[in-house]
Amino acid sequence: MSVNATTCIVGAAETERIGVVPELSSLELHADGARRALADAGLTLADVDGVAAAGQSPIAVAHYLGITPTYVDATGIGGCSFLVHVRHAAAAITAGLCEVVLITHGESGRSRVGAPPRVMDAASPQGQFEAPHGPTGPPTMFPIGVLRFMLETGLTHEQLASVAVAQRRWAARVPRAMYRDEITVDDVLASKMVAYPMHLLECCLVTDGGGALVVTSAARAEAMPGPKPPVYVLGTGEAAETPLVSMMEDFTRSQAFRLSSAAAFAESGITHDDVDHLMVYDAFAHLPIYGLEDLGFVGRGEAGAFIAEGHTSPGGRLPMNTNGGGLSYTHTGMYGMFLVQESVRQLRGEAAAQVDGVEVSVAQGVGGMFMAAGTLVLGTAGAAGQ
Amino acid sequence: MSPDAGGRPAKFEPVPTPETAPFWEGTSLGELRLQRCGPCGHAFFYPRTGCPRCGSTDVAWERASGRGRLHTYVINYRAAPGFEDQVPYAIAVVELEEGPRMMSNVVGVPNTPEALVLDMALEVDFEPRGKVAVPVFRPAGSTS
Repeated sequence: MSVNATTCIVGAAETERIGVVPELSSLELHADGARRALADAGLTLADVDGVAAAGQSPIAVAHYLGITPTYVDATGIGGCSFLVHVRHAAAAITAGLCEVVLITHGESGRSRVGAPPRVMDAASPQGQFEAPHGPTGPPTMFPIGVLRFMLETGLTHEQLASVAVAQRRWAARVPRAMYRDEITVDDVLASKMVAYPMHLLECCLVTDGGGALVVTSAARAEAMPGPKPPVYVLGTGEAAETPLVSMMEDFTRSQAFRLSSAAAFAESGITHDDVDHLMVYDAFAHLPIYGLEDLGFVGRGEAGAFIAEGHTSPGGRLPMNTNGGGLSYTHTGMYGMFLVQESVRQLRGEAAAQVDGVEVSVAQGVGGMFMAAGTLVLGTAGAAGQ
Repeated sequence: MSPDAGGRPAKFEPVPTPETAPFWEGTSLGELRLQRCGPCGHAFFYPRTGCPRCGSTDVAWERASGRGRLHTYVINYRAAPGFEDQVPYAIAVVELEEGPRMMSNVVGVPNTPEALVLDMALEVDFEPRGKVAVPVFRPAGSTS
């Protein structure tokens, strides 16, 4: 079964506020995004028969809102969960299991209000074979392959820093972005060392916020048009590699990125040349570099120069992370929801830093630390052949 | 983690499971142990009851050589509990001579980008950690 253009995203919205939002709990951030996404779709709670969420249980979210769903998806595989929720929703809707799926994210990542505690089970594989060696959170683990990547591909520290520079150029055009002052490679390299080779400006923000999506069948979207043009789901992918970053098969490539994106591209039938806009989950500056190479936009060892030369910056031939990304826009913890939100905005023509003529957008999410991945190929009605 | 007798925070202490106990019994004896699959010969880490390459449960423990190479690392500037005196310190991935890789720390050498050269030869050592001992690595030929 293919889900190429069988479903659409008809509602998409972020929480009213993102960044520092201590007055809202994690659960309320889910609800705020959900209400706004439904309003964006011109739908009500009564239209929703499916709920998907990560961070909070979809049952908790559904009950809090007043929905009794007959389809639930609690896939919780880190920041790419929401892209995978879209994939599962597309399949479920296409198979007739449900009609309207609400996908929610809310995370009090910075203020930690009503947020689940972060605990490490000392008897888990991570607890036995990684935690004893002194990591202090993702900045000290996720980039562990970067030095290997540099050795094998020639990536330079300056090129790595240029990822943060390129994304800040986009953020400067986005009023909702947390950091908007343009920066230079020297600024990045002069920022505090967090975990060599990663400087502070190469690490994501830690924020509060959320958002939601409403997915339904293309047939319903076309029969009952909402206020906004539908965004078609053209291709989807998901994959998982390892719960332990130290067990990656190759520290210079993500198997999950490769498998997930290959599935999504194949399902959609697009080629790389068809992609007008790209979002690659950037918890850290090395992720867009891995992403460009693992998704096949550039060859091995070419991504650093590609970004440093401005090809992903405003005016470049492959606009990437046009909201400013996790490095400059916002990063609640499970950032993937914001990838999809920006892809939808670009395809609708309503982004703050709008790129001209976006017909096809690809969103590439990561879960955990190269643990998992989800990919969406999204397009306008024209791209879907409607 | 509970503080030590001096009131300082202790380092994170792993808790063995029945499946991983032979590994931790080994480290307490100064042995680095791996598992090897009988049918396909694949050596693997972390401990599991089945071979992740072929699925066979005919797997046996063996003592590894303890030799390896520095595959990749970060240098952490934010000390985990118990690491306050070591910061900044490397969190490394070591590729063992037998093939598997494991996360570890590097001792007996400054934890600097200049001194920690990828693919440098290392050999295992062990650091007491509560009820168990944690494998760490030092430059090959250096003494503990």
